Amino acid sequence: MVKSEREKLMTFPLITTSRWEIEDAHIIDRYVETEGYKALTKALTMTPAEVHEEVKKASLLGRGGAGFPAGVKWGFLPENVWPRYLVVNGDESEPGTYKDRILLERDPHQLIEGCLITCYALGLSQCFLYVRGEMAHGQERIANALNEAYEAGYIGKNILGTEFSVDIILHWGAGAYIVGEETALIESLEGNRGMPRLKPPFFPASIGLYGKPTIVNNVETLSNVPWIVLHGGEEFSKIGSEQSTGTRIFAVSGHVNNPGVFEVEFGTTTFRDLIMGDNYGQGIRNGNKMKAFIPGGASAPWFFEEHLDVPLEKSTVDQAGSMLGSGAIVVMDETTDIVRACHNVVRFFSRESCGKCAPCREGTNWLEKILQRIIDGNGRDDDLELLLDVCDNISPGITWPPKQTTICPLGPSAVSPISSAIKRYRNEFEAYISQSSTGTPVGIQGGIL
Amino acid sequence: MSRLNEESLRIANEIIDRYPIKKSALIPLLHLAQEQEGWVSDGAMNHIAEILEITPAEVLGTCSFYEMFKRSPVGEYQLNICHGISCHLLGAENLLHHAEETLEIKEGETTEDGKFSLEGVECIAACTEAPCLQVNYRYQNKVTASYFNQLVQEIRDENRSEIPKHGSLAKVRQSIPNERLAGIEPVEHAQQPEWLNRNGKNS
Repeated sequence: MVKSEREKLMTFPLITTSRWEIEDAHIIDRYVETEGYKALTKALTMTPAEVHEEVKKASLLGRGGAGFPAGVKWGFLPENVWPRYLVVNGDESEPGTYKDRILLERDPHQLIEGCLITCYALGLSQCFLYVRGEMAHGQERIANALNEAYEAGYIGKNILGTEFSVDIILHWGAGAYIVGEETALIESLEGNRGMPRLKPPFFPASIGLYGKPTIVNNVETLSNVPWIVLHGGEEFSKIGSEQSTGTRIFAVSGHVNNPGVFEVEFGTTTFRDLIMGDNYGQGIRNGNKMKAFIPGGASAPWFFEEHLDVPLEKSTVDQAGSMLGSGAIVVMDETTDIVRACHNVVRFFSRESCGKCAPCREGTNWLEKILQRIIDGNGRDDDLELLLDVCDNISPGITWPPKQTTICPLGPSAVSPISSAIKRYRNEFEAYISQSSTGTPVGIQGGIL
Repeated sequence: MSRLNEESLRIANEIIDRYPIKKSALIPLLHLAQEQEGWVSDGAMNHIAEILEITPAEVLGTCSFYEMFKRSPVGEYQLNICHGISCHLLGAENLLHHAEETLEIKEGETTEDGKFSLEGVECIAACTEAPCLQVNYRYQNKVTASYFNQLVQEIRDENRSEIPKHGSLAKVRQSIPNERLAGIEPVEHAQQPEWLNRNGKNS
């Protein structure tokens, strides 16, 4: 394959974005010309167990948010329970995150090939590709790619003349962030309200779609699978750091000179490289100073200037008190109103709370309203304590990793921006409150408590 | 209060056949109803309940959970201005105010001529293109006030034919030729797929 200009500069091979600069890579002919469906052909000369082994050797971490090793997740399937399903999580909606959509639009066949190999390796009899409802263009690209691949004999009955048969069904979402949580995704796929299921004890690998063993993997995770099979798991694990192998796609947005979506070596690249580097973010706009940055999507606690040299490595970022999450870096420069930015992120979680667990349903609403009144000039002296108290009810102790009084991590995610912003920029909140027209609680003034 | 028409029904049946359990087709069918009428009416929901053999309450329960389904008529063009954090940092609020002034409606409202509805929406995954918006789920990137005005004018002048009316999502549908279908395993009493024991060499 001819290397692109971008690729020549790289010290590592591009794994998931290698076709992004090819205008028509979404068309099957071009995909096949650029090594497409070679991995599937190779996989079919191996036993399913051997294919699974390659992915295990790769130590591929899930790219959706939680970062769980895909090969290990695959190993959780119980023996002798059939049918088993593959559900592809393409409901990307974490604020700042912007990679799965591009993978769907620019290289849909790569994802399809990854799905096929996964189904082959694990004996999954049907695959459901759940694409976020708002991504009309992505749905068109993937629908077209599926139609082409069916025609060409890569999907469906007796794939490439073997006894391997599987259907891939395109399914649409309809606007709900929570559906990105894997059990909520399954509920949604069953035609229900997208509310997460209680886990443990049962994870989707044992009881998932229709109560059957189900593997739920993210679009980017599965897009890595063809490369792993083609080049071997060991080769993949040589890229990146020991525990964070391969490459990862990061979206850098906000106040940077060159916002973009970049594939970088996992585990070795640092936040500084991505935000300041000439090949990436190219620094903060107008030569401004940095105020804060979100390292892994809106759910992640914020980082500050002193965290710039932390490598993009799962365990290191975890230890530093945040997470790489969904690979979304949002940069805020010195002109940012921290209280309003904090309110913006909290409002997101408040709106997207599914309403199943009281601490999240009520708590995120309270948090949003308290922040709104602070911004509106009606903040009260004890509002910061009240904010932290509500946070503590959703996520006891406000620790990292968060504890939770809720079924899923959405509620605790609303705590991240508040605890980060108050810890670092308490004075900005206090400035709002000191200018407030009501020093004492309105309830007391009005005689109602 | 219309039901699914013949063409929608034909597509609906194709979709239903792809799932081991019918109810899974609920969200796709609600999209079909919205595509037909521009919104999801009670009549359409009742019809979908009949088709899927579930209760109208179950259909409403699901429908009302998802933001994209509009249960009353909206504008032909749904203008969704992203106010996620990345767009917020780059002027989403100003853009939203500008849109409100230009269209002379508030967020959440529809213009009198039924042409435009305006909403502030959560992150639409185009963060490097902030501030951005979607018109009937078609992206418009790095939107300035003057570009917004131009966009609105072009839509009024019917010069943006690439953007379908509200309700239509993907212009390409999945279609599986019958002879290529692998087929659905029953949810109960299914057998291990035969390929799982193959040695890979005998293909």
